[in-house]
Amino acid sequence: MTIPAAPPARFIHADDSWYGIDLRDLWEYRELLYFLVWRDVKVRYKQTLLGVAWVVLQPVLSTILFTVIFGFLVKIPSEGHPYALFAFCGLLPWIYFADSLNRGANGLIANANLISKIYFPRIFIPLASVIAPLLDFLLSFIILIAAIFVLGIPLTWHILALPLFAGLACLAALGAGLWLSALNVRYRDIAYAMPFLIQIWLYASPVVYSATLVPPRWRVLYAVNPLVAVIEGFRWSLLGDTKLDSAVVLIGVIAVAIALFSGLIYFKRTEQVLADVI
Amino acid sequence: MNPAIDAEGLSKRYALSESQPYGSLREHLVDVFTKRRRTAERSTIWALKDVSFSIEQGEVCGIIGRNGAGKSTLLKILSRITKPTAGHATVVGRVGSLLEVGTGFHPELTGRENVYLSGAILGMKRAEIARKFDEIVAFAEVEQFVGTPVKRYSSGMYMRLAFAVAAHLETEILLVDEVLAVGDMAFQAKCLGRMGDVARQGRTVLFVSHNMSAIVSLCRRAILLERGAVEMIGDVAPVVSRYASRVADLRGSYRARDEHQPPRLRIDSVTLLRGNTVSPVFYNSETMTVRIEYSARETLGGAQIAFEVLTELQECLFSTTNQDWDGLKEELAPGHYVVDCPVDLRFFRPGQYYVQASSSIPSVEVLDIMEESVGFQVHDDSSPVLKLGQGRRGVILPVIQWKRREDLAGHR
Repeated sequence: MTIPAAPPARFIHADDSWYGIDLRDLWEYRELLYFLVWRDVKVRYKQTLLGVAWVVLQPVLSTILFTVIFGFLVKIPSEGHPYALFAFCGLLPWIYFADSLNRGANGLIANANLISKIYFPRIFIPLASVIAPLLDFLLSFIILIAAIFVLGIPLTWHILALPLFAGLACLAALGAGLWLSALNVRYRDIAYAMPFLIQIWLYASPVVYSATLVPPRWRVLYAVNPLVAVIEGFRWSLLGDTKLDSAVVLIGVIAVAIALFSGLIYFKRTEQVLADVI
Repeated sequence: MNPAIDAEGLSKRYALSESQPYGSLREHLVDVFTKRRRTAERSTIWALKDVSFSIEQGEVCGIIGRNGAGKSTLLKILSRITKPTAGHATVVGRVGSLLEVGTGFHPELTGRENVYLSGAILGMKRAEIARKFDEIVAFAEVEQFVGTPVKRYSSGMYMRLAFAVAAHLETEILLVDEVLAVGDMAFQAKCLGRMGDVARQGRTVLFVSHNMSAIVSLCRRAILLERGAVEMIGDVAPVVSRYASRVADLRGSYRARDEHQPPRLRIDSVTLLRGNTVSPVFYNSETMTVRIEYSARETLGGAQIAFEVLTELQECLFSTTNQDWDGLKEELAPGHYVVDCPVDLRFFRPGQYYVQASSSIPSVEVLDIMEESVGFQVHDDSSPVLKLGQGRRGVILPVIQWKRREDLAGHR
């Protein structure tokens, strides 16, 4: 006689640890993460006239707008490159980051019904928020590579570092997303503050201007914004000849690490009461 | 055998905040600056208090109780949606929970896409959904529409598809919250049948419902919750009958509460009369008079007053309406009415019964239903014939004449 394998037992109790992640749980539910991302991608451009064209139109239209205003009118220096290309390099990671942040901040609220009716690892919501826009990012990245090719700018080995900077953008968005999504559950003020936050963050990042315009004594403080490292890194990887300040990258990485770690703790703490307060 | 669910002192406290369940940032900032502790002022409520029970593997257990008794909170804790404030539970096996039909459905996605999405949300693997896809779609009877966005579905189709996905969950433990009340009667019967199949497959099921006949037919045991605490736990029949007595008035009369906006045709009161006195107790040789007072606030066309007599297990013994007697009256003028309905108790088995009255415009709308039913007991009248009837099967206990026909019988 064989003894059937005992099904897994789960212990439900009041004081769960408020740090650490149940990895077994994440693995068990891994397919749900895929479906949440898939849903976000699928639903995105339903019932729009232009559909997926928006993915490309958004950065292209922004680039045209910024080129007219900051390139032609204000004449912001663009490190010797065509301003449009310079701006596009910055806009690409920026649009990804802003999109992830917006989705992340609203993620838990938007899925309130799901959260109050069924269990799944809650962290999948902010995770899906930073994964889903990656597809848009990849599509517009192809446009950028085409533009570089057309303009005859030689690609260097620097481009191998690009995935690292993209990864940094991803983690930065996740860190901020963890904080904002959890805060938004407790304080709906976040939803109203988001447009301003995004706008301030845009101008605090070297999207339309070069980071070299920032006075040297402010550079350390400036680099705390990890988007500085990300965008500088993108230009360095793609346009080749610009300098990259390793201190800026280091500060950016540390800032992201701190945001991620503290964000995880705060998110886990909010998770405990999530279904009750949402 | 090991229990599948073992709960020990589960309790859940909720904060009752006056204006909003979540604080505003300003509120908290003010608290920080004034060093006030708001949490202490907040009143709290125990949705669940010290609930302990144990469910064997393969057992189908009903959870019953009034609204707000803590049934849903209990399921939410066991399915890990929310955490208990105190106590703990051990759950052995994969848990599937069905607290709402259509959780995770997205209106923009097609039927096919929603089956996958909702299946994944309920905890199914992609391969598992793919394997059962045809079965799910067939069960929901939406084969031609799998490529259509569900926002174009009728609400019936939507509900059927949503339930079909959930009905094909194959977890060892299933937590179900009042989801059988969807769709038309035929689909409800199909859902109940499916629940019966699930129960027979040897899976552990916790089943919340207000439908007592579903509880009685599906469950062997039941838990009665009352204000967050376990009131009774055990075999389904006595637990259901306790519940029935809990939600009924046992003094033989019911009077509607005063409401700011009373129904257009209100059941004002229902009184059980034995002769001329109010009574909750009768003998089966007697006739019980059900006196119903009702008032119409406006002229109503085609309205009717009805009452049902329910057994101890909340099965309907029979129902009757004033139209049975009066015929279909064109209009009911505004005013206060009193009717007496004599009910011959000769066919009643001794036991506990309930009267539940309602007013409606048939197949249009229900106007009013009594908040609680009126209970009455029928006692055996010590006639030797009925004494014999005690061990007999049957919902009613008529005395049938056994007439000897010597003229037709032959002696051999």
